[in-house]
Amino acid sequence: MKKTITLFINGQRYSHEVEPRLLLVHYLREVVGLTGAHIGCETSTCGACTVLLDGKAVKACTVLAVQADGRFVTTIEGIAANGSLDAVQEAFWNEHALQCGFCTPGMILTAKQLLAREPNPTEEQIRHGLEGNLCRCTGYQHIVNAVQAAASRSGD
Amino acid sequence: MIPDTFDYSAPVTLTEAIELLSSGAKALAGGQSLIPLMKLRLASPQHLVDLSRIPELSGIREENGVLHIGAMTTHYEIESSMLLRSACPLLPQTAGRIGDVQIRNMGTIGGSIAHADPASDYPAALLALDATVRIAGAGGFRTVSYEDLLVDSFLVALEPGEVIVDIMAPVDPPNTGTCYVKAPQAASGFAIVGVAVRAVKSDGVVSSARVGVTGLAAKPFRARSVEQALGGTRGTDADITRAAALVGDGVDANSDLHASADYRKHLAEVYLRRALRAALI
Ligand SMILES: Cc1cc2nc3c(=O)[nH]c(=O)nc-3n(C[C@H](O)[C@H](O)[C@H](O)COP(=O)(O)OP(=O)(O)OC[C@H]3O[C@@H](n4cnc5c(N)ncnc54)[C@H](O)[C@@H]3O)c2cc1C
Ligand code: FES
Ligand code: FES
Repeated sequence: MKKTITLFINGQRYSHEVEPRLLLVHYLREVVGLTGAHIGCETSTCGACTVLLDGKAVKACTVLAVQADGRFVTTIEGIAANGSLDAVQEAFWNEHALQCGFCTPGMILTAKQLLAREPNPTEEQIRHGLEGNLCRCTGYQHIVNAVQAAASRSGD
Repeated sequence: MIPDTFDYSAPVTLTEAIELLSSGAKALAGGQSLIPLMKLRLASPQHLVDLSRIPELSGIREENGVLHIGAMTTHYEIESSMLLRSACPLLPQTAGRIGDVQIRNMGTIGGSIAHADPASDYPAALLALDATVRIAGAGGFRTVSYEDLLVDSFLVALEPGEVIVDIMAPVDPPNTGTCYVKAPQAASGFAIVGVAVRAVKSDGVVSSARVGVTGLAAKPFRARSVEQALGGTRGTDADITRAAALVGDGVDANSDLHASADYRKHLAEVYLRRALRAALI
């Protein structure tokens, strides 16, 4: 039986009838049309599908859309206010923290929760914080640099 | 990777949830174990009851020296709780080592206990804390020790229709040392072996020591021979080495692609020495 759900995605209200088995990542990509959350492994491992649910990073391939009913979702499409890049996006750009870019939306959203909790993270805290996001291109060092750069920039 | 179809309810009272569960529905907590199983079609429940909207199942509070942790409290909330960090740091330390932050943001302590993965982290800490679990069912509430709830790999002593409501652990008395350490699987972070210690000293002598071990056997267990060997000693490095050597005695150790039975026992001894040193010295 279908359920009506209402979500607040990137500041906008959406209401749809969905099957309970619909995964949040499929809801975002196929129903709402926001394709920034990528599908990598489909097995809760790679973090490419990461979005923020009430401000916390979750793997949208392992959350049902009905579980997000009434809650706030932020996808990568929602963090650049008025078209100007968010501090973490800007730092990823400056520090060459991406190559193919497949992991990047998830990396950035996980980094945002990390920085919200720990505005001045150590390298170890950054690596521990990003454990749930895999990158096949960069070797991670530039990603760590980018998060450090974003931290020192927002501390200015 | 799409689950089979199912019905979904999100009741706001415990009574309603128990009614639905008693008629054959399955509980959904954070979904971080159940949804992967459903996507692989290793589980195909016909009806899911989402417990996330039931207020009695959430929150952490202290009452008369006892900590009450709602079953729906996430690993991240436990890791971040200021109350737990000061009153029972073993739980936040353990929670912070589970999986990755995305899993910790959704996954719950009640779900982890009910799922009873033999490589999960909480069992070691809950055994070392001598925690108790309050369970609600059609006939009312019952409270059992966490140890008595454990039956086997992926099996706990919950009747159909029963829900874990909260987990109780005592506030640490003064001079308590605790520590959780684990050898993680490289990919998932699950414990190949995980060891938790809670030791209390008075006048420089170990008056009580409890050791919980996860990952080593099908069922997490209290290493009572280690505990007895430590009691009454001063907890020196030599005492620790002697006691930790007993951890694998008589244990039917797991063996899988991550580690053979012998290697697991070796890891348990090494990690237990580390945990005991951190707790006692
Ligand atoms: C990539 C990945 C890595 C992980 N790494 C680790 C790790 O390192 N260590 C670790 O310990 N765990 C790990 N986990 C598992 C994780 O901790 C899960 O969150 C946990 O095992 C289940 O909790 P949940 O709230 O998600 O429960 P769910 O998946 O929702 O439910 C699990 C089971 O418990 C039942 N249930 C849930 N709540 C209750 C309740 N209150 N009363 C009765 N029954 C209930 C459900 O019916 C179901 O059978 C990992 C998971 C993933 C996907
Ligand atoms: S697609 Fe969700 S974790 Fe990989
Ligand atoms: S930039 Fe290609 S996967 Fe990370």
